[in-house]
Amino acid sequence: MSQTQTSAVADPATNGDPGEILRIEGLVKHFPIKAGLFKHTVGQVRAVDGVDLSVRQGETLGIVGESGCGKTTLGRTIIKLIEPTAGKIVFEGRDITALGRRDMRPVRRDVQIVFQDPYASLNPRMTVRDIVGEPLRIHGLYRRQGEGRRRIEELLRTVGLSPEHANRFPHEFSGGQRQRIGVARALALNPKMMVLDEPVSALDVSIQAQVVNLLVQLQNEFGLTYLFIAHDLSVVRHISDRVAVMYLGKIMELGTRQQLYEVPMHPYTQALLSAVPIESPNLRGRRKRIVLQGDVPSPANPPSGCRFRTRCWKAQQICAEEEPALVPRAGGAHPVACHFAEVMKPLDVSDQPAVI
Amino acid sequence: MPEPVLSIRDLTVEFKTEDGVVRAVTDVTYDLFPGETLGIVGESGSGKSVSVMTMLGLVPMPPGKLVGGEALYKGRDLLKIPKKELRNIRGGEVAMIFQDPMTSLNPVFKIGDQISEALQTHRDGLSDGDARKKTIELLELVGVPYAERRYDQYPHEFSGGMRQRAMIAMAIANDPTVLIADEPTTALDVTIQAQIIEVMRAAQDETNAATILITHDLGLVAELADRVVVMYAGRVVELGDVHTIFNSPRHPYTVGLMNSLARVDLDREWLEPIPGQPPSMISPPPGCAFHPRCAFSRGRERCRTEIPPLRGFGDGLAHLSACHFAEELEAQHVTAALALEPS
Ligand SMILES: Nc1ncnc2c1ncn2[C@@H]1O[C@H](COP(=O)(O)OP(=O)(O)OP(=O)(O)O)[C@@H](O)[C@H]1O
Ligand SMILES: Nc1ncnc2c1ncn2[C@@H]1O[C@H](COP(=O)(O)OP(=O)(O)OP(=O)(O)O)[C@@H](O)[C@H]1O
Ligand SMILES: [Mg+2]
Ligand SMILES: [Mg+2]
Repeated sequence: MSQTQTSAVADPATNGDPGEILRIEGLVKHFPIKAGLFKHTVGQVRAVDGVDLSVRQGETLGIVGESGCGKTTLGRTIIKLIEPTAGKIVFEGRDITALGRRDMRPVRRDVQIVFQDPYASLNPRMTVRDIVGEPLRIHGLYRRQGEGRRRIEELLRTVGLSPEHANRFPHEFSGGQRQRIGVARALALNPKMMVLDEPVSALDVSIQAQVVNLLVQLQNEFGLTYLFIAHDLSVVRHISDRVAVMYLGKIMELGTRQQLYEVPMHPYTQALLSAVPIESPNLRGRRKRIVLQGDVPSPANPPSGCRFRTRCWKAQQICAEEEPALVPRAGGAHPVACHFAEVMKPLDVSDQPAVI
Repeated sequence: MPEPVLSIRDLTVEFKTEDGVVRAVTDVTYDLFPGETLGIVGESGSGKSVSVMTMLGLVPMPPGKLVGGEALYKGRDLLKIPKKELRNIRGGEVAMIFQDPMTSLNPVFKIGDQISEALQTHRDGLSDGDARKKTIELLELVGVPYAERRYDQYPHEFSGGMRQRAMIAMAIANDPTVLIADEPTTALDVTIQAQIIEVMRAAQDETNAATILITHDLGLVAELADRVVVMYAGRVVELGDVHTIFNSPRHPYTVGLMNSLARVDLDREWLEPIPGQPPSMISPPPGCAFHPRCAFSRGRERCRTEIPPLRGFGDGLAHLSACHFAEELEAQHVTAALALEPS
């Protein structure tokens, strides 16, 4: 869209591709672990531990990974709801890492967030009208009552709710409807980009599909850019153009939907894909199954070298000594952080399935 | 046909709430056969948990109320036997695995001691030493590493997946004939879920217990179940062999459910959601509770006025559907979009 181009010149230091809306470099977020009477810092939770990403205008970038790998922290740090420990955030060509509250305001308008839990993220004492209208008020976008009312009703219709819903309270709605309210609120300021943190995880399957379709439709209509965070690999496949797989605060593999699901190269991606139960009894016992050993290590004390090595069936000496960079490997076209990257297709059906 | 180990007949349960009477479960009927895994699926609030908790005496009454029905286990009605006897059956012949392992594990006792105690409660004269030995075997079976050392740890020293394993070990400790698993992997990450699925398979091989698997995850059902019960608004709306339910569903709700799924192994242009919202359980729609969301009803009066009975379909009683117009789905050869296989 045209707005992107105008500001791309603001920071002459940037040299990302012209379609880029957001770029992060070496992003780090550590949370201190405090203990004892005087609350000394005894360690750091390395929630996000050096992430580089470039998000293109109009695309959906999916972020997947297991609980605690840093997805939510990444999403919130990008829009500076959480201050980064280190690294650089560039939005529309402008370095926003060091911006203060006031200077962040226009950025806050352009990048909205929809939270994980439709039950906890809406103020129970506010009507739907107030919830959806709040961002408009905060940014002083309407003076007279009537103006705001029309915009709010339009927003409710856009997300498939009816204007009569405006006077009700959140508890009067189902989970799917509450998520729509959250989306309407996020849309109020005509954002360019939305960070969607597990927007459908709490919903029933049939309702999930409603919200997913709504998000796709809104994206087509308004040219929105999405950062779509989820642990559900099926929904992420459905909605994303590109996908990043996270493990213990790092990106392990980054590729187009087709690359990631059809020719995955990182053992962790392969294990994740093989672990998803598929909704077809016909496929039972006809897929490769990779059952990883053990649990995810603590992010306060990640393994040396490659963080995945303690659960990896391919791990060698080098994996403990040298952290693999996220670069294209073994003739593949997309970046993978693995010394032994190699295509394996866990979703393929075969008549001699193996177990690893 | 073998005799069922468990037969639920016309089970109906209500709850008194501030807003009115919730009809949580209505006329639920199904059989569980020896050695099989029966999956129960349905939306949140459709009555999956209440239907099984009631027969185990785990639904608080009040506010709950048993309106009617039977749960026949070895010829005896679990809904009528004395509390003490039911407690004996529970955790012994009929065991449970829950979503939250802390509903089974006590935070202040060592994991191993809790399993040993479960063993000793149901086996008179089992010595402490033998109970400990058997417990360690069980922990090893469910894949708890260093079981000997782990025996003396407390629940908070176990990760979520490890606690789930410990609970499964406890559930299978007394060779149950019936194992009821209510969302056993819902709180777990997918790689841990894959481990637990393996453990459940091993546990079933070991005990050959008939298993009821309650879940909203259709993938898990496709992977593990032999037969499937589909519930909607407190009723069973379809029941059949797992292949039948996934490949040729004959209830519009089941068809809708399959069509609304995103699949990890397929690219689908658009998902086809079921329109509308799940019904109120206090004042459900008249007639078929699904009719306001149904793509096949097309405003027909029967759907709005007459509650469709669950009836046999095709040959015999292997496939049941509660739709007035199930034959139409048959004639149209409705296949869920998901029956497509990746090429
Ligand atoms: N405010 C905080 N203070 C301390 N630690 C935190 C804080 N927020 C997150 N963490 C820790 O940082 C790590 C990453 O958490 P985060 O919520 O980003 O994970 P996630 O990938 O979103 O997980 P989930 O899938 O469970 O939502 C976890 O170990 C978490 O406990
Ligand atoms: N103690 C209770 N008091 C009042 N209502 C209850 C109680 N327990 C269950 N219900 C109601 O009974 C209905 C069926 O609940 P149940 O727990 O069986 O649903 P479920 O299918 O297991 O859902 P989920 O997938 O969310 O676990 C729901 O409408 C629920 O609100
Ligand atoms: Mg999160
Ligand atoms: Mg339940």
